[in-house]
Amino acid sequence: MKFVTAIIKPFKLDEVREALSAIGVQGITVTEVKGFGRQKGHTELYRGAEYVVDFLPKVKIEAAVRADQIDQIIEAIEKSASTGKIGDGKVFVFDLEQVVRIRTGETGTDAL
Amino acid sequence: MKRLFALLALVGAVGFGAPAWAEEKAATPEAAVAQVATAAPAAVEAAAPAAAPALVPNKGDTAWVLVCAALVILMSIPGLALFYGGLVRTKNMLSVLMQVFVIFSLITVLWVVYGYSAAFTEGNAFFGTLDKLFLKGITPESVGATFSKGVVIPELAFVVFQGAFAAITCGLIVGAFAERAKFAAILVFMVIWFTLSYIPMAHMVWYWAGPDAYIDAAAGEAAGATAGFLFQKGALDFAGGTVVHINAAIAGLVGAYMIGKRTGLGNVSMAPHSLTFTMIGASLLWFGWFGFNAGSALEASGGAALAMVNTWVATACAALSWMFAEWILKGKPSMLGAASGAVAGLVAITPAAGFVGVMGGIIIGLLAGIVCLWGVNGLKKMLGADDSLDVFGIHGIGGILGAILTGVFVDPALGGTGVYDYVANKVGDFDMATQVIAQFWGVGTVVVWSGVVSIVAFKLVDIVIGLRVPEEEEREGLDLTSHGESAYHH
Repeated sequence: MKFVTAIIKPFKLDEVREALSAIGVQGITVTEVKGFGRQKGHTELYRGAEYVVDFLPKVKIEAAVRADQIDQIIEAIEKSASTGKIGDGKVFVFDLEQVVRIRTGETGTDAL
Repeated sequence: MKRLFALLALVGAVGFGAPAWAEEKAATPEAAVAQVATAAPAAVEAAAPAAAPALVPNKGDTAWVLVCAALVILMSIPGLALFYGGLVRTKNMLSVLMQVFVIFSLITVLWVVYGYSAAFTEGNAFFGTLDKLFLKGITPESVGATFSKGVVIPELAFVVFQGAFAAITCGLIVGAFAERAKFAAILVFMVIWFTLSYIPMAHMVWYWAGPDAYIDAAAGEAAGATAGFLFQKGALDFAGGTVVHINAAIAGLVGAYMIGKRTGLGNVSMAPHSLTFTMIGASLLWFGWFGFNAGSALEASGGAALAMVNTWVATACAALSWMFAEWILKGKPSMLGAASGAVAGLVAITPAAGFVGVMGGIIIGLLAGIVCLWGVNGLKKMLGADDSLDVFGIHGIGGILGAILTGVFVDPALGGTGVYDYVANKVGDFDMATQVIAQFWGVGTVVVWSGVVSIVAFKLVDIVIGLRVPEEEEREGLDLTSHGESAYHH
């Protein structure tokens, strides 16, 4: 099993969710986050006072999936979240040791 | 707290003492008149011939002034509170809302206790008397003068309308030292400043015997001599450019200097936390300002309509000129710029609203947007004070610009109304140089007067209570440390 974390542009969330549903991902967790990468921040100007905003708003998506799905999932996120401009985000993949469905007590791939 | 109460007692003594002293001086030559005046419901009526029939207020005028008073109250709460609140950081939102809300309440009480009496009774050229303490003697039948002979409004309507002005003026000041001042210090300062700067300025600019006293040249001269200092100088201030805006802006600037800069200024982001609130606040200010300016005509008349049109058009011009100037100079047209421009336009048109033609209003508005943009940029850097919400840059600079341009565009040759001569019962001959000099008298007087009172008042409060919160509390935010609550839970 694999655990996928993707950081994407907030307005791309719906497209990414649709792309993941289409290839059979059962569920994802979404968090609004802030951060910086190569895109850096931007400056805001209020009545002449300039402020540098270091952290930009992004969306973090997390999903636990079967190992054999992982290439398809990475490709789906890559395609649906891309604008071609700096700041599109990244996908991180981890090995996942265990999953438990709390309601039934099922474990492993049955719990996905 | 003991020190706070001690200072309040001191302020009370100073506040009540000064006008009383003024009264003693003024009362000597007119002792007999003063006695009559206490017996009569209004001083204005006492001056009129006894044989004249009692004047009855027009219901339309009465309704108009009452509605306008409520509109001016809407400007303070929630208008000004939201405009300012949106401009501070999340952690200080409630502190600003509280300051405006509580100052409004405090000044309202002081107004009926002694403020109205000290500002709007006949005393000397600077203070009235304490004859109407707690609104003594003012009944629903009492009437006050307007700007037309034989037209009166209920004096109580005038009391609430003017009280709303006093309250918003004091509320305006807090923007200059937002995010760092001690709540108790602000309240005590306001009591002193209201008593020694707002009241005398209102008396100097607005107190007069009313048009009915100007029967002939001799009576007119006698009545003129009882008016406020700046009224006698001929300074025009339709709705309070000097009394309200320059007065408050100078107090704010002095406060920004004496309280010092916010901790971390220049290093940490002090960006406004909600320009949505600021836009709502600015719009409520604009809406309420129709009451502020058009209501200052004191009659439901063509003059009120002129003031309303000017308040409408000049403000729009200033919003546009600030936005375009910012677009050209800084690259983007911002919401904050448009809202700030609108407020600058409102401030600048205030002294002129009922005196200038629409073309004059347009020019005043266009200039206000650009000059005040400089006020919050170039001038602000030169002054070096951390005027947090640009009270001086907008209300001070806009107020001075408006006050002086009023003297220019009141000229009938430039579409203005001219200055009415109540003795000749027609618009008098106009000389622009004389009028502009009179306007400078108004500006100079308020700058010096408010400046001196503010320095003394802040110094006094600093010694007794201390002006600013400890640095740690400032970093944590005034909402939690001063008021024990948070504006937002998320």
